[in-house]
Amino acid sequence: MSAASPGLPRRRFEVWQLLSLPFILFISIPIIALFLRITPANLWATLQQEGVQQAIRLSLTTSLTTVLITLVFGTPVALQLSIRQGRFNRLLDSLIDLPIVMPPAVVGVALLVAFGRRGLLGDTLTLLGISLPFTQAAVIMAQTFIAAPLYIKAAKLGFSSVDIELKKAAAMDGASRWQLFRFVIAPMSWMALLSGCVLTWARALGEFGATLIFAGNFPGRTQTMPLAIYLGFEVELNVALTLSAILILISFVTLIVVKEFLHSRVETSLAANDY
Amino acid sequence: MTAPPLYWIRKDYLRMKTALFTTATLVLLILACAGIVAPGQSFTATPPLTITVMAAASLSESFQELGRQFEAQHPGVRVEFNFAGSHQLAQQLAQGAPADVFASANQDQMDSAVRAVRVAGSSVHIFAHNQLAVIYPSNNPADLVELHDLGRPGLKLVIAAQEVPAGHYSLEMLEKASQDPSFSPLFKEAVLQNVVSYENNVKSVLAKVALGEADAGIVYTSDVNDQVGQIAIPEALNVTAAYPIAAIQDSAHADLAGAFVELVLSSAGQNVLQKYGFIPVTP
Repeated sequence: MSAASPGLPRRRFEVWQLLSLPFILFISIPIIALFLRITPANLWATLQQEGVQQAIRLSLTTSLTTVLITLVFGTPVALQLSIRQGRFNRLLDSLIDLPIVMPPAVVGVALLVAFGRRGLLGDTLTLLGISLPFTQAAVIMAQTFIAAPLYIKAAKLGFSSVDIELKKAAAMDGASRWQLFRFVIAPMSWMALLSGCVLTWARALGEFGATLIFAGNFPGRTQTMPLAIYLGFEVELNVALTLSAILILISFVTLIVVKEFLHSRVETSLAANDY
Repeated sequence: MTAPPLYWIRKDYLRMKTALFTTATLVLLILACAGIVAPGQSFTATPPLTITVMAAASLSESFQELGRQFEAQHPGVRVEFNFAGSHQLAQQLAQGAPADVFASANQDQMDSAVRAVRVAGSSVHIFAHNQLAVIYPSNNPADLVELHDLGRPGLKLVIAAQEVPAGHYSLEMLEKASQDPSFSPLFKEAVLQNVVSYENNVKSVLAKVALGEADAGIVYTSDVNDQVGQIAIPEALNVTAAYPIAAIQDSAHADLAGAFVELVLSSAGQNVLQKYGFIPVTP
């Protein structure tokens, strides 16, 4: 009996491990294949190209701007979703989820139909002297539309996890709404906000379909890395492979760093709670 | 004491069962609908023979009609198309994409398919010619009248990327114009200053102009439709694109692939191409 019982869970664990193998292979083989096609010399030579550098610079600036915009305009939405309940908020919640499941090409067309020159707001924007398609603003709008919901969802979960009793206590001590957010809610959920930001950033970095349709393709202005990869695939495979590798590296390293950082934070806070 | 937790577990369990059941029903329903609405798709038996034709984006409309003709002539055979920029298709062929026929918008891309040993050089035929046209949205927001206007500052021009045949030809045409005495030598530079986007294929250029987002675009005459207006490019400056076609030599249906090429080259095929704005090779 005593010999069998430790053996049983171990075997079940192995079965799970075996069953998880096909999916792990499915994800890792294409990524490994991509890196196997790149030689350091090629990578270096491609990185020297002006077009490649432009694409990398543009991708970094637009995606980071997207994160900033998301922080400013997404946080109130997340707060609202975490505080209120009811039918309207469930509807709002689904609305925020929608961009995650919408095909990016559909987002691109929708943005054109809304903000394009002949779009719903086209006349108003023209009167104001604003023309959005084919500009960097269009790239950022496409990225924000698609990537911001990831932050909002993460932030909402973070805000919701703050104990209601704590908020009540702070309110009873006379904390204003801003103080409540600044000194109670934000410090207790900042890890969720950070991981939400990283997800949004990584998704914005990879945005392709909506950008291509709404912002077009102009080197240095609207040609982000995924667009350069698409055009590079048709012309020069080296450019496509190099940029793909860089994108994967950036995303993977960021995800690992943030996960490790968050993990260690969780560990220490758990340890602190124990004592 | 144990009753409440057990009660909750049971309730959760029931809820999970209901959720699973509902999801499964919905998935089955969608699959069933897909099978009924789109017979011949993955859930029902596919026709015994399918040939895949990779064709330049500018051939979309004309080749779809040719495909219907071919299917009518060969019962039980289905023609599937892969329309994209010729560069993309050539790249896919070089990477081993299965196909039976390749129709390119320029010789370079056909040559690269020959280099990739997917096409035998001797089997390549020129089947149509095409020229360039300058198009504008139906309301002509920039009041374009002639080719010179493309160099007017502030105009929003969309052209195909130079890697795509249409873009390559566009640059060639602008270069010719710059060397023409009736144009400024800086005409090409002035026009390129106005480019707001280099699209990945010629159909995207058409779409952006038809939507009214750009003031003008350069496409093939065969792309011009009733949603856009057209400015003629002087004959001496225009560029004539030759479209080559060939059966893929490792095609699993070499006879059908050859028959499709024959249809395109036949007088019936040439008529269809002419109808869609191409210049036939056998007048």
